[in-house]
Amino acid sequence: MSTLDKRMSAAEIVGRLRSGMTLGIGGWGPRRKPMALVREILRSDLTDLTVVSYGGPDVGMLCAAGKVKKLVFAFVSLDAIPLEPWFRKSREAGAIEVLELDEGMFQWGLKAAAFQLPFLPTRVGLGTDLLELGGLRTVQSPYDDGEVMVAMPALKLDAALIHVHRCDHRGNVQALGPDTYYDEWFAKAADQCFVSAEELVPAMEDAYPEDARANLFERCFVTGVTEARGGAHPTSMPPSYGWDMGWMKRYAGAAKDPGDWSAVSAQFVGASEEEYLASVGGMEAVGALPLPVF
Amino acid sequence: MATLAELCIAAVAEAFRTDRELVGTGIGPIPRLGVGLAKLTHSPGLMMTDGEAFLVEQPVPLGPRAYDDRKPAGYLPFSRFFDSAVWSGRRHAMVTPTQVDRFGQTNLSALGGTHAQPKTQMLGARGFPGNGIYHANSMFIPAHGPRVFVTGEVDRVSSPGYNPARRIAGGNYSAIDLRRIVTNLCVMDFGGPDNTVRVISLHPGVTFDEVQAATGFDLIDAVAGETPLPSDEQLEIIAALDPHGIRHTVLPDNPPAQRSTP
Repeated sequence: MSTLDKRMSAAEIVGRLRSGMTLGIGGWGPRRKPMALVREILRSDLTDLTVVSYGGPDVGMLCAAGKVKKLVFAFVSLDAIPLEPWFRKSREAGAIEVLELDEGMFQWGLKAAAFQLPFLPTRVGLGTDLLELGGLRTVQSPYDDGEVMVAMPALKLDAALIHVHRCDHRGNVQALGPDTYYDEWFAKAADQCFVSAEELVPAMEDAYPEDARANLFERCFVTGVTEARGGAHPTSMPPSYGWDMGWMKRYAGAAKDPGDWSAVSAQFVGASEEEYLASVGGMEAVGALPLPVF
Repeated sequence: MATLAELCIAAVAEAFRTDRELVGTGIGPIPRLGVGLAKLTHSPGLMMTDGEAFLVEQPVPLGPRAYDDRKPAGYLPFSRFFDSAVWSGRRHAMVTPTQVDRFGQTNLSALGGTHAQPKTQMLGARGFPGNGIYHANSMFIPAHGPRVFVTGEVDRVSSPGYNPARRIAGGNYSAIDLRRIVTNLCVMDFGGPDNTVRVISLHPGVTFDEVQAATGFDLIDAVAGETPLPSDEQLEIIAALDPHGIRHTVLPDNPPAQRSTP
């Protein structure tokens, strides 16, 4: 009988992944990214990944480290530094395949996968280069209108990685903050969804019953959970902490000088999560990062 | 005396004039200030976000402020943006693409090279394809020149325009609605035959020939006069929405609205 105990270490989670998998990464640009799990992938020998992401430093780092075979994206950005420098380097070197999508088509593809459909129709993409470059096909309405639309294919994920504020051992999650982006649909589009949390509580109903509306998706969509305090750093995790602008400037600068990932990966990934967190000042420093204003 | 940036902000506000209730999105300081100005003057139906997730009735000022220094009146996070604003057509956005062509097609994706290996990778298509097919769009171009307004087509078509060669039979293009292009030289629209680009007003001291020379495709001269200077009331609102003077840093040397005569 299953115990519903889904607790794992970050290394165990990454141990469940395989080279060649299609991996969805939650969050949006430099916001609420599951960076502790991304760093664990960067410490592993996984390779040949298809990464599906509203891209931020997660994408840049995985590209820089040569982990990415193909990227499914609508943008890759650090927001305050609009162009993600390591992603650019990979693209301009022709090092990765891409499927470039619109932001809305992207979530539509996740929803198609979540609903176990081959595609969902949309007008988005008509009149642009996305169709031909992405090999996207059209579909005609069977009703009297006969409209021809883009058939956005399901973005089926082998695994999704998501970072939340709280979870318990059974996979009851709570995501606080003003926006959870499309994390819900990454979870539902994936065969396996792994969640890292700022706080792992023994039982959500005892710890935070008053915040049950922050339960972003049901626990049946959760395969494994792990605690990762500061697990979104250097991306923002409101209301807990903002993004680390100093980190992003150093990271962007390193893409120019020395421009070689292997020379700088230790400082941006660390040999272990404990070492990484200590290197950025520990939770005291992370928790003090101001929330960005727009 | 008004600056050219402030004249552009007033022209942006005019582009956003509406009697509808819809989301007004201005990406970048001048578009954002223009939407705020429109909302606080002639177009109260406009809805604006705090740039993160909340709808505000008082536009959020530009620049540093306390995180909670805004009064949410509604909620429009990314997680429902396509449902509520984009795919419902209840939005007008003003953006600054890297390239624009005579069809109003824009490029935010990449320059040169091939799809597999672009010479210059930019942001990616972002939400441009959906914005373009579903709701009204305008543009702000701070440096009007032939590298932006290209001859021929843009390198990658990120958002659709009025190009008949890119329309497929049975597709619904009826919501493509390109409004105005505000630049540092003039205001243009797509009001010519078959939606060709016209110059509808010139900023004080600018000539049509100068605009044409800075544009990679043919323009129609439909100049009805000078782009109006902002009123004192408008300048006051702009100053309140931009307490740190970020608007003064957008155009090189922050020129006055009225060119000095040589």
